Amino acid sequence: MMSNLIKKIGGGLALAMYSMLAQAEYAINFPKPVTVIAGQIYDLHMITMWIIVGIAVVVYGAMFYSILKHRKSVGHKAANFHHNTMIEIVWTTIPLLILIGMAYPATKSVLAMRDSSNPDMTVKITGYQWKWEYDYQQEGFKFMSVLSTPRDQFELKGTAAKNENYLLEVDNPMVVPVGKKVRILLTANDVIHAWWVPTFGIKQDAIPGFIKDSWFKADKAGTYRGQCAELCGKDHGYMPIVVEVKEQADYDKWVAEQKSKSAAATQDTNKVYELAELKSIGEKVYATNCAGCHQAKGEGMAPVFPALDGSKMVKGPKQAQIDIVMNGKAGTAMSAFGKQLSDTDVAAVITYTRNAWGNHTGEAIQPSEIKASRK
Amino acid sequence: MEAVHDHGHEHHPSGIMRWVTTTNHKDIGTLYLFFSLIMFFFAGSLAMGIRAELFQPGLQFMQPNTFNQLTTMHGLIMVFGAIMPAFVGFANWQVPLMIGAPDMALPRLNNWSFWLLPMAAILLVGSFFVPGGAAAGGWTMYPPLFIQGGLSGDMTIFAVHILGISSILGSINIITTIMNMRAPGMTYMKMPLFVWTWFITAFLLVAVMPVLAGAVTMLLTDRHFDTHFFNAAGGGDPVMFQHIFWFFGHPEVYIMILPAFGIVSSIIPTFARKPLFGYASMVYATASIAILSFIVWAHHMYSVGMPTAAQLYFMYATMLIAVPTGVKVFNWIATMWEGSMTFETPMLFAIAFVALFTIGGFTGIVLAVVPVDIQLQDTYYVVAHFHYVLVSGSLFAIFAGAYYWLPKWTGHMYNETLGKWHFWLSMIGFNILFFPQHFLGLAGMPRRIPDYALQFADFNMISSIGGFMFGATQLLFVIVVIKCVRGGTKATAQVWEGADTLEWTIPSPAPYHTFATPPVIK
Amino acid sequence: MSGNKDSYYLPTPSHWPIVGSLALLTMASGVIMMVNKISMGGVTLLAGVAILLFMMYGWFGEVVRESESGKYNKQVDKSFRLGMSWFIFSEVAFFAAFFGALFYARVLSVPWLGSGDTMAQLWPQFVASWPTSSPGVEQVSGPGSMAKFTPMGAWGIPAINTLLLLTSGATVTWAHWGLIKNNRSQLVIGLFMTIALAIAFIVLQAYEYHHAYTELGLTLGAGIYGATFFMLTGFHGFHVMLGTTMLAVILVRSMKGHFKPDAHFGFEGVAWYWHFVDVVWLGLFVFVYWL
Ligand code: HEA
Ligand code: HEA
Ligand code: HEC
Ligand code: CUA
Ligand SMILES: [Cu+2]
Repeated sequence: MMSNLIKKIGGGLALAMYSMLAQAEYAINFPKPVTVIAGQIYDLHMITMWIIVGIAVVVYGAMFYSILKHRKSVGHKAANFHHNTMIEIVWTTIPLLILIGMAYPATKSVLAMRDSSNPDMTVKITGYQWKWEYDYQQEGFKFMSVLSTPRDQFELKGTAAKNENYLLEVDNPMVVPVGKKVRILLTANDVIHAWWVPTFGIKQDAIPGFIKDSWFKADKAGTYRGQCAELCGKDHGYMPIVVEVKEQADYDKWVAEQKSKSAAATQDTNKVYELAELKSIGEKVYATNCAGCHQAKGEGMAPVFPALDGSKMVKGPKQAQIDIVMNGKAGTAMSAFGKQLSDTDVAAVITYTRNAWGNHTGEAIQPSEIKASRK
Repeated sequence: MEAVHDHGHEHHPSGIMRWVTTTNHKDIGTLYLFFSLIMFFFAGSLAMGIRAELFQPGLQFMQPNTFNQLTTMHGLIMVFGAIMPAFVGFANWQVPLMIGAPDMALPRLNNWSFWLLPMAAILLVGSFFVPGGAAAGGWTMYPPLFIQGGLSGDMTIFAVHILGISSILGSINIITTIMNMRAPGMTYMKMPLFVWTWFITAFLLVAVMPVLAGAVTMLLTDRHFDTHFFNAAGGGDPVMFQHIFWFFGHPEVYIMILPAFGIVSSIIPTFARKPLFGYASMVYATASIAILSFIVWAHHMYSVGMPTAAQLYFMYATMLIAVPTGVKVFNWIATMWEGSMTFETPMLFAIAFVALFTIGGFTGIVLAVVPVDIQLQDTYYVVAHFHYVLVSGSLFAIFAGAYYWLPKWTGHMYNETLGKWHFWLSMIGFNILFFPQHFLGLAGMPRRIPDYALQFADFNMISSIGGFMFGATQLLFVIVVIKCVRGGTKATAQVWEGADTLEWTIPSPAPYHTFATPPVIK
Repeated sequence: MSGNKDSYYLPTPSHWPIVGSLALLTMASGVIMMVNKISMGGVTLLAGVAILLFMMYGWFGEVVRESESGKYNKQVDKSFRLGMSWFIFSEVAFFAAFFGALFYARVLSVPWLGSGDTMAQLWPQFVASWPTSSPGVEQVSGPGSMAKFTPMGAWGIPAINTLLLLTSGATVTWAHWGLIKNNRSQLVIGLFMTIALAIAFIVLQAYEYHHAYTELGLTLGAGIYGATFFMLTGFHGFHVMLGTTMLAVILVRSMKGHFKPDAHFGFEGVAWYWHFVDVVWLGLFVFVYWL
């Protein structure tokens, strides 16, 4: 029975090894650095690791030699010594010296990586459950960045074929120019997140209520991916980061596009929409912002996330719902979407929830009402 | 012998009430050990759930929130329900035997320390069944995430309080026993190293468990009583919790390793048939590790954005710990050196401990280097690091100790063949389980995620296979223990040829009352 | 069980510990139910407290009986002393967590909130000072909306309370001298005065809380100042009440004629605890009220 089990496990293991070799690329070390700091980290890790391997060879060498030679079964008689001050001093001092040797380059890179002075540009990044907001304060626009892998690829027992960048793709990536020192100001809106892009050698916690800063200077244009690296609730694993590093000209073009987009968004606050129009905008807003908790069909996840389908509040007077969507509810995961979404989007998503699934209030909430509630 | 005789007249409850009301250190030690075994299986089953979900990318078995519950409860229960109680169980059995005391100094309190544990377990395990499910914010309970949770959050907080009371009372008892109950002639520097390590561990516990209690109390008031300790909007700071937690948490990890050092330091000389090398320096090294453990906590928080000077300080202090720990490793090897070794199961586990704990210690040093940790913090590299020190460290030492002393406790030899199978399968399964996780971490897989990008698929599959293998192997251990309790070759008093501490001078199984008249140590 | 003074006293099996464990589980369940607004929470909590009191009465009663019938030898006495000392040490560590929070907030996090990018981006109106109104004070809704408060001054009730506690430390020592000289009336009067001072302290503290809540706007919700203020003084006050109860117990025992000039650990344990409460208060007075 035992041996059967071992065969099975062994077989599985062999299979796994085989599939590993079969795949062209598999990583067993840090990804290739694209910033100076990431390069330093890479080297520092290699130095540390080889020192450790060296010590391990000595330690294990002595240990296994002793295990092989000083065993009763080969007739070795036990000696009786039990201390030796000289050797004890030696093996206290040598590790100390090795450690000092390791600490020296480490200190230099810490000082380098923490020096965020004289940046070429600054972006404020805010973590939300479970998306990132990039605020280009100097340029005057901001946007949300959410996972773009289709739900049917990762929902429970989903069978859809997975994209190449499964779970590491977003709708609106952060864009920065190549070769520029970008300083980031990090904070969070609800819980702690961490902004991590391995190839940049940057990981910084985003602490609600505090600004922590960090910086990077990407040497090569390209698309770089990372993930939220601090447990932040149920969709912590679905909170990727994508940074596109572009040539300066392409970057400038991108900035201009973003500016005109955000101008358009502010203008139509005064427009009066049809119900159907609001519903269709709202459906999209709902899918990216609300479905994570209240679920695609508004059924919620009892008891933590209430159902919106058939909810008393959603079917009742609109003011209460506007209030909770705009301001959130303290102490729960329901955050203040007034800070995250435009007036039009809030109006649309509220309209949508009040007219989707089993809810048929027939009411259309206009952006102007939302704007008025912002006072 | 008078005290023993007296007990004969007393009314002793039998059946279950014997165990509920017992004040005997051996009974209580047994209770601790069984409790810990049950909790180990429970928390291990949760780990099997984790590994099953991570076998492939995509969600196979559970929703992300359920996954976070498994991770959180696996961590909490392994630490507080399995590893710590197991070591207290060893202390209860062995400390009085090794110092020649008739019992623990405060036997009734001893009973209370144990019987608080099941109450905490009821709260923790029960929290899976309340609306919203168990706590899902990680065993570290960081706010504000932890504050968002439901009913189970409060159950976890109170479970931690009760566990804390249990540990504090238990440690006070151990300290008192060691300071006040040593047999005549048993000076501090003659105590077996296991007693020393527990002595120092108990100090750590008394100093840091109350701090944890304070931290979770603040969580509770932030949740329900409108305080703002961890909320910037009220002038507090979420990071403050992390400082307080890790002020407890880092000494806590040494609480889980120092008694293991003690067990291994008892076993290696026995099977090398040679006295422990550098006894005095072992004692000083243990004390140094304990003292250093109070001043390194923020190495868990390099990425929160501390001032640079603080980062550097914590890096240097953390790296220093390698020195006394190295002294221990070298002393163990020097003990084996020129010995006459045999390789019964306890020795095998002890050697595996030295080899694999050292790997875990090395990766600890890698993590201590700030820039490298910036890349590795909250990745599977950390998971690999701490399972090397906790599973092949603490847990393997527990297995080693169990095999070593089972004959003394039960009066029977365990089945050596099964023991060896248990060892080798554990050893292989363990390394398949956790070694690839180093690569996952380096390649960029965050921890605490239920689903991952495709490039992490292969190593996760290997790791899961190792996990099932390691998990299934643990059933063997249960079989060995049950068989050994029920029968087997009769054990002699000395059991192991090279054993020479006090517990080997009394018959096997150890009589219910021992050392009523203290032995005299020359 | 004989009163054999040569061998260490080993108690017989006892059911008090499990009663104590059940009491704590019941109490914890009660509080959990209360804070989550599940009905019967309060009743459950009270039931738990009742079981705990029952346990303490029974357990301590047994210990007192054993002690009075002379079953404990010098070594047992030393175990009790060591046990009590380390228990007090653990209490010190508990308070250290809250003092740590206070220092962290005062020295680090509040200044951070009121300077640099954190202030510029997130809390533009916040002025870092201690005692602090909170950065969120201007907000109208959401977490962090809290009213202005007046911090508690040091030189009113807190100063009087300091005097009361210091005096009570003296009276309990005086009672101890009485016990050692076998002057029973000095013992009883000393203890009586200590308890009176302790009760005066508690009453004044209660008045101070009332004043804080009704007139100063200083509540648990009053930002980090209110939180640390009430946590530290509250847990201290709770310890004073425990200490007072313990003092009352030894007063009753003294009146019954318990304790001997050369063996009175029960008395000393309580006295140590009382001094510990005293010292913590001095820390509070300096760091919470005064500086
Ligand atoms: C038994 C438990 C245990 C032990 C003993 C250790 C031991 C050590 N740990 Fe570990 N650690 C944990 C349990 C433990 N740890 C846990 C549970 C976590 C994660 C918690 C969480 O986030 O959930 C963690 C996380 C953790 C981190 C944070 C990682 C992160 O989250 O980013 C760091 C960083 O510095 C660290 C460092 C160390 C160091 C330097 C040691 C040292 O004590 C190791 C010393 C030993 C040796 C170095 C080997 C022997 C020495 C020699 C042979 C001498 C020569 C050697 C040299 C000169 C290098 N640990
Ligand atoms: C203290 C000791 C300890 C021990 C002994 C273990 C043991 C194991 N742990 Fe660990 N673990 C932690 C402490 C410990 N762990 C901590 C503190 C965390 C961090 C939590 C957090 O992030 O908050 C963690 C996190 C953690 C993770 C990361 C989860 C995540 O980040 O999401 C993983 C993933 O593989 C894991 C796996 C395992 C496995 C497979 C074992 C195995 O060794 C378990 C083996 C035991 C059994 C399996 C039980 C016995 C056997 C049976 C029940 C029979 C049935 C068996 C089969 C069905 C095969 N653990
Ligand atoms: C992070 C999880 C999360 C997200 C995302 C989220 N909600 Fe909520 N929502 C909650 C929670 C939790 C509650 C329950 C709050 C409480 O306890 O009253 C809630 C409550 C509500 C309610 C009140 C329901 C009732 O019956 O009381 C409405 C309406 C609502 N949300 C709408 C929205 C809309 C619209 C969006 C998207 C723009 C959204 N939510 C996104 C978590 C979320
Ligand atoms: Cu955001 Cu994890
Ligand atoms: Cu640590």
